[in-house]
Amino acid sequence: MAMIKKKATVVIIGGGILGASVAYNLARQGLKDIVLVEKSYLTSGATGRCGAGIRQQWGTEMNCILSRESVRIFETLAEELEYPYGIDYRQNGYLLLAYSPKEREQFSKNVALQNSLGIPSRQVTSAEARDIVPHLNIDGLLGGAYCHTDGHANPFHVTFAYARAAERMGVNLYSNTEVLSIEKDKGRVCRVVTSQGSIDCEIVVNTAGGHAAVIGEMVGLDLPVYPERHQIMISEPVDAFQVPMVICMSHHFYIQQTTHGSFIMGQGDPNEPKGFNINPSWQFSVELAKKITSVLPHLKSLNIIRQWAGLYDMCPDAQPILGESPEVKGFFTASGFSGHGFMIAPYTAKLMAQAILGEEPEINIDILNYHRFASGQLILEPAVV
Amino acid sequence: MPKNTIVCRCEDITLEEIREWLQMGYTNIEEIKRLTRAGMGPCQGRTCRTHILRELSRVSEMSPAELTIPTFRPPVKPVSLKTLAGDGND
Ligand SMILES: Cc1cc2nc3c(=O)[nH]c(=O)nc-3n(C[C@H](O)[C@H](O)[C@H](O)COP(=O)(O)OP(=O)(O)OC[C@H]3O[C@@H](n4cnc5c(N)ncnc54)[C@H](O)[C@@H]3O)c2cc1C
Repeated sequence: MAMIKKKATVVIIGGGILGASVAYNLARQGLKDIVLVEKSYLTSGATGRCGAGIRQQWGTEMNCILSRESVRIFETLAEELEYPYGIDYRQNGYLLLAYSPKEREQFSKNVALQNSLGIPSRQVTSAEARDIVPHLNIDGLLGGAYCHTDGHANPFHVTFAYARAAERMGVNLYSNTEVLSIEKDKGRVCRVVTSQGSIDCEIVVNTAGGHAAVIGEMVGLDLPVYPERHQIMISEPVDAFQVPMVICMSHHFYIQQTTHGSFIMGQGDPNEPKGFNINPSWQFSVELAKKITSVLPHLKSLNIIRQWAGLYDMCPDAQPILGESPEVKGFFTASGFSGHGFMIAPYTAKLMAQAILGEEPEINIDILNYHRFASGQLILEPAVV
Repeated sequence: MPKNTIVCRCEDITLEEIREWLQMGYTNIEEIKRLTRAGMGPCQGRTCRTHILRELSRVSEMSPAELTIPTFRPPVKPVSLKTLAGDGND
């Protein structure tokens, strides 16, 4: 393995979509001497394990804006990054199912907020839901919400596209390079010690996903981000027949047909303990199969071919932590994405790059600073799976 | 092998495609799997991984035994949703 550089302006920790897209945005703004270190290989973390669904139907203004603007970027991203293989981006919509009056009421609030921000979502009756997803079993369904510009992309190609574009602009990307510690001098970060050598630097960007709190600890910060296993499984590819993503929050599951033809489906377990475990469990596939065959009975012959798990980087209010830490100068965090980091990465990375370069980010992201936890000013995102 | 030989039958990936990615500098089988989908089909790479590993060992000058292989993920064989759901009667 080639020797790593001994000096850089910025060291980005983590080769997921956040690390790669922040690297690209910094380089595009003209910053030199950027290094990205990844302890394993690109997309080995949550990014390469995720559902890669992209929705704008959120319940907080910030999540709505971050996803709406990211959708705009996704629309032309392959061209912007000059990536010849494409990113399999499709806008096939998201249908959210409501099974209780409370849920329907929440959707109505969310849709009003989304519409006020220019997101073209709408509430639907259960009959309309069945028009959108034929074969949907509407027993017990009270209605739902739908946005036709939601969609999905290929998480591998998106990340590699950002990484290659960053490398073409001079970013040094080191795989199999693990950050072991971070040194400070007079309250500022000054060096990152890795398994392949040390790098002197002015700025460190923590995009370590489920490991973000471990990186935070290296500079003495107590980031309230914690890892939580989320499982997922995929079917063999079949002809396209279910167009949009279907999400059921009250039963914690989602299912969507990818561009490739396979159905990808997952389920959150409200009792999942915190921790780094990513072993798949048998119960997961059985429970999820029961739910899916009940809501979408026409899929019962679909063959499941693979099951795996990854870590959500959870934050107590389900919104990310973005920005520089006031205690440790030069230490920036972009983490705590709580299961929706893929879809909001493109715009988040742009804002992060502006903040890192000392510019005023184009929208104010102060409320996403981690100090919100000390002051207790949390705005809880209600719409998570 | 001729270059249009199919290496991964599940996903229709040719030897030429694998060699193209290797030439671009992707020498980690995990990355190749994710970029090409080779090994992501119903057989979980039982056929293609040996071919890919051989190509990889040629490029990286490591013996196939030194290279790591992707995790086999459950289920071992494709299984239908209704079987998983325990609803074998219909
Ligand atoms: C099952 C599942 C389904 C999901 N579905 C969706 C979805 O549909 N839509 C959506 O938007 N989001 C989804 N997510 C969430 C999404 O995957 C994440 O929010 C997003 O990928 C986070 O990206 P990241 O770059 O911050 O983190 P990661 O992709 O986890 O990258 C962090 C990287 O840091 C590296 N790292 C850690 N510690 C160190 C160290 N000490 N030194 C060097 N490198 C280190 C890791 O190896 C890793 O590669 C899902 C997640 C899971 C697990």
